Amino acid sequence: MIDTPSVDWLALSPTLALLAVAGGTLLGAVLVPRAAERAFSISVSVAGFGASAVLAGWVFDRSPEPTAVVVESMTRDRLGALAAILIALVGLVVVLLSAGDGRRSHVGEYYALLAAASAGMVFFVSAANLMTMFLALEWFSIALYVLCALDTHRRASLEAGLKYLIIGSFGSGILLFGCALVYGATGELGFTAIREATGADDPLFVTGMAMILAGLAFKVSAAPFHMWTPDVYQGAPTTVTAFMSAATKIAGLVLMLRVLVTAFPEQAEIWSVAVAVLAVCSLAIGNFAAIAQRDVKRLLAYSSVSHAGFLLIAIAANSTAGSEALLYYLIPYSAASVGAFAVVAARERELRRPVTLDNLAGLGWERPFIGVCMWWFMLSMAGFPLTGGFLGKLFVFSAIYEAGWWWLVVIGVLATALSLAYYLNVVRSLYMRSGEAPATGAVIAAGGSPPRDLLLDAAVGAALVVTIGSFFFVQPLVDLASDAAASLPF
Amino acid sequence: MLTTALIVVPLAGAILVWVLPLSRESTSGLALLVALAEVGLWLGSARNFDFDSDVAQYSTTREWFDQLGISYSVGLYGFQFWLVGLTIVVGACVVGYGAWAEREHPRAYFGLLLFLVGSIVGAFAAQDLIVFYVFFEALLIPAFVLIGVWGGPQRVKATLTFVIYEMAGSLLMLASVVALGISQGTFALAEIGTSTNDWVFLGFLVALAVRAPILPFHGWLRIAYTEAPPEVSALLSGLVSKTAVFGFVWIVLPHFPGPVADFRTLVLVLAAATLTYGSVLAFRQPDIRGVIAYSSMGQMGLIMLGIFAFNDLGLDGAVLHSVNHGLVSAGFFLLAGMIEARAGTGEFSKLGGMAKGRPILATLVLVLGMFTLAVPGSTNFAGEFSILAGVFDRGWGYAAIGVLAMVLAALYALRLISAILHERRGGAVRDDAGDLVSGELFLLVPLVVILAVLTAWPAGITERSFPENQPTTFIGSQQELAP
Repeated sequence: MIDTPSVDWLALSPTLALLAVAGGTLLGAVLVPRAAERAFSISVSVAGFGASAVLAGWVFDRSPEPTAVVVESMTRDRLGALAAILIALVGLVVVLLSAGDGRRSHVGEYYALLAAASAGMVFFVSAANLMTMFLALEWFSIALYVLCALDTHRRASLEAGLKYLIIGSFGSGILLFGCALVYGATGELGFTAIREATGADDPLFVTGMAMILAGLAFKVSAAPFHMWTPDVYQGAPTTVTAFMSAATKIAGLVLMLRVLVTAFPEQAEIWSVAVAVLAVCSLAIGNFAAIAQRDVKRLLAYSSVSHAGFLLIAIAANSTAGSEALLYYLIPYSAASVGAFAVVAARERELRRPVTLDNLAGLGWERPFIGVCMWWFMLSMAGFPLTGGFLGKLFVFSAIYEAGWWWLVVIGVLATALSLAYYLNVVRSLYMRSGEAPATGAVIAAGGSPPRDLLLDAAVGAALVVTIGSFFFVQPLVDLASDAAASLPF
Repeated sequence: MLTTALIVVPLAGAILVWVLPLSRESTSGLALLVALAEVGLWLGSARNFDFDSDVAQYSTTREWFDQLGISYSVGLYGFQFWLVGLTIVVGACVVGYGAWAEREHPRAYFGLLLFLVGSIVGAFAAQDLIVFYVFFEALLIPAFVLIGVWGGPQRVKATLTFVIYEMAGSLLMLASVVALGISQGTFALAEIGTSTNDWVFLGFLVALAVRAPILPFHGWLRIAYTEAPPEVSALLSGLVSKTAVFGFVWIVLPHFPGPVADFRTLVLVLAAATLTYGSVLAFRQPDIRGVIAYSSMGQMGLIMLGIFAFNDLGLDGAVLHSVNHGLVSAGFFLLAGMIEARAGTGEFSKLGGMAKGRPILATLVLVLGMFTLAVPGSTNFAGEFSILAGVFDRGWGYAAIGVLAMVLAALYALRLISAILHERRGGAVRDDAGDLVSGELFLLVPLVVILAVLTAWPAGITERSFPENQPTTFIGSQQELAP
């Protein structure tokens, strides 16, 4: 007879709450009358994402020391719990801004897939061995492939789903190959076991580590593994893009940090250089490519590539300060990113066509609240003071400077300067018109005031509060980040 | 706490003005009220201000970001007190000008003006490197929008030029700030000690030189000062450029004694070149704002000479002249705006003969022009004289160039006066373009009165800028605080 493993239900509870949402909304799609389906799905999702965040907060509170749970397949610690909180909150905001998306079909499925993807991510960030890592990665990736292609009437959406599926699978394949090589070299699957295993000097082992790194780099859209990002971000439904840009980054980067630090600390000299190279590539490609974009979603996609670069700098620092910087930076970045895509979604619903820099013109005057919020999101991404983005960058630069890599500070600063060119361009099109440009009346397709969408406004407002609040109340957030970083073996 | 209040009042006022759905009149009234309350606060703070104390007055220090050793730390020494006062007075006049000029989108406009004023005050009151950097850069946000939305026909180009220059400089400084703060383990200016790293020094130098601006970093100056609304140009040339003065006096001099000595000749030569170049170009400009813009650049070069002379006379003169120049250039930009509102242009070819029938306008142009050319006896003369006497110790050549520039200043100031007031009546000057009205006088007269008071009593500032009136000793004492 096989012993039943003891299961730490609390550690699993944030994931289970989200799985319950997925199941509930799917059932609702069948059982609840069509007219009430949307309201039902939204309420279940809000409750479930909220519950997941609260449960993750509980786990955070109860796990000062990292422990391996569920047959050492996952770690219950504050790092995973903090990431889970962030992912659940991002999901919650995305649910709010999806409420007014005017989706006619697949309403229940949309929320179910969103919850399933989040559940996968929440599980992913706590993974403690290569198998659970790969399982969770595929789990949320498959949910995202379907989400991208969910607008079946739009070719762009189908194309995005297909591209993401093919390239994502390729990335997963590389990751799996890497796992196999590492397992072959050490005979171990658990992260801590890999660290303690002999045979680490095997070239296969280092190759495996590099392939795992590359596989994860696909997910966080770090250059040169970013080529799917602009097309997928542009084609996917905007709310899905908002979710991916924030939640996938959180999950991918937190897990990358965890794997590298817990499984491969001996090889730190190799991987920190590799991560730095990825960072520099992402900064260069992301920023240069973003300058040339006219489509706002594409622009934000390249901007997310460049932010992957900044976040990777924090990982390359390979220190407690670097981990804290990564976790802190993710907070204002996620807020600004979700918020910016929410503003794009608002404009899209108004115009019923893709949002470009040209038809963004005048939004700042027509919808002052949304305009001001977008303005601050752009400033935060550009790292202007009075936004969390500034302190995030400062923290990252400080961490890497302390690690002795001053040239990465210089590259980061140059990249920031470049990034102004396109962030400020967005602000410019919000408010400023050059003399000859036609008045906005010519651009607006439908007459009358834009449709009111209180939930979207609330989502944007929440993102703004986090973006600016994380500047003024940085210490509590950094304390959380440093509690979380303390679970890593530095 | 009072310093914090001086920073928070305009910033809170900005949010209030922007949020409250008031009419145009009430919005401008509220903004003006906030600006005047700020003046009142500053006057109140003057009552018990101890200019000789070697601790910052009305200081506040709060923990903000422990991991990096960043704290919210503000407070005022004498020279900061004067710079803050300059900001607040000019800020109030500028808000008043905005109310008079009836800009569109008043809520956003006044909100941004107050935001700009509050950020400048914050930069001048900073006692922590990050606090300084935050305000130094945050003030670009409102400046950017104010130029880009309310500016002249080429506003978008002006905005981009301005922002690209400023941000490129600021970001270099960010790298330097990180390097300096992290290597010292704190960002508190009082504890940061000294650095001998030339690269870190150059990061600060370039950023502040762009802001001032100093040759060859002045590419943004002409288009930004010309395309911005006149009251925003007044803030840019009168106040924003002085954040560079503050940075040099309170960050570069105390914390980089070695590099300052090594690079002194280079900086002094650049400053002298800026002074000459700005003055010559001011003489050649075809419009009012061009003259004021390049004259500002020249005056910033002069102030730099005083700072990098790094002796008591030079530093005292630099502080006094910063205040003088802030008042004069802000006053002149507002005056330029008033003339442009009457004639529809600031080009000399279409102006002229405005003195006839407009005695008040003529008097004010003449008076401000006299201050600009630093007529002997005026406060500007006192400032320039002190700077030149200071820099004489570093080499008579600099002083000689400075004197030459004073002659050039007389040339361009007289040309400006006669091109507006005298000569044949220009095509754009119509008969019904009246004299200045009392509302406009309320904006300009306070600036002129303050200049007159300083003329009578320049020692009011020079003897109260640094503790015990010993600038070099005081700044030197900051160097010895190294951990």
